[in-house]
Amino acid sequence: MQERAHPRQQRHPGPAEYVRIAVVLAVITVVEVAIYYIEALSGMLVPILLVLSALKFALVALWFMHLKFDSRLFSAIFTVPLAVAAAVFIALLALFQRLFT
Amino acid sequence: MEHGGTIGHAAEHATSTGLDNRKLLMWAFLGSDCLFFGPLISTYMLFRGKSLTGPYPHEVFDIPYTSVSAFVLLMSSLTMVLALAAIQRGDQRGLRIWLVATALLGSVFVGGQVYEFTTFVHEGLTLSVNVFGTSFFVLTGFHGAHVTVGVLILFSLLGASMRGQLRREDSLRVELAGLYWHFVDVVWIVIFTLVYLIPAPLPAVLH
Repeated sequence: MQERAHPRQQRHPGPAEYVRIAVVLAVITVVEVAIYYIEALSGMLVPILLVLSALKFALVALWFMHLKFDSRLFSAIFTVPLAVAAAVFIALLALFQRLFT
Repeated sequence: MEHGGTIGHAAEHATSTGLDNRKLLMWAFLGSDCLFFGPLISTYMLFRGKSLTGPYPHEVFDIPYTSVSAFVLLMSSLTMVLALAAIQRGDQRGLRIWLVATALLGSVFVGGQVYEFTTFVHEGLTLSVNVFGTSFFVLTGFHGAHVTVGVLILFSLLGASMRGQLRREDSLRVELAGLYWHFVDVVWIVIFTLVYLIPAPLPAVLH
């Protein structure tokens, strides 16, 4: 069978870019922990933490795991089960939280 | 300088997708592992604040300590990707340095988790004392087991490099180990936020 070209496959970044991403990840982690201790933000703690966590997840997956540079097929193989897991998470909480409370 | 390993690998094995089957398989495994950790995290969240007896999360969690652990694992993702960059440019010394650094950081994380578990047990939190203990130890224990497997993989790669069996053209082996390593890192990113940072509601018995 003839090999298909995957135009989205690009060269991976170099060490300098990896270090820049790691610095961003470290800063986000510091912000996460700082927010945890700021009483004034306690009302918005959950949404802020969820957004920051999702951002860290995306940075690692896109840059360190190279999903930004590799074939979309890899992204699909990973994100479809991830979406199913998230759906299971939401469904379980929606179903059983009501039963328990 | 070329850092791209994927383009070269596809050429090594002619496949219908044009992609290396080993890398495709690793992504499929990681997808299946999402379905493994998803229900474990869901179960933990479901039972939050439902324990009838203590110890409760707010009584045992040490956020500064766990934050340092989370930071250590996050930085191990950097050293892992630097190991990949090193082998892709044929730098064997750099590969070994970054592999050792990653394995050490992973070991520090696992050691920290063992210490944390031991402390919790001394404070009365066991696997069977309440639903918090059960769901917490199962979730974080399975994650710790994943990290331990990752450390073993890293040491096996280091051994292969020492024996001269890990050359530049074998960089896919490091890339696959890296994918697994980064995955355990992203799982911890989720666990750190949902389990540790988002405060659990106080159990009804404490109201």
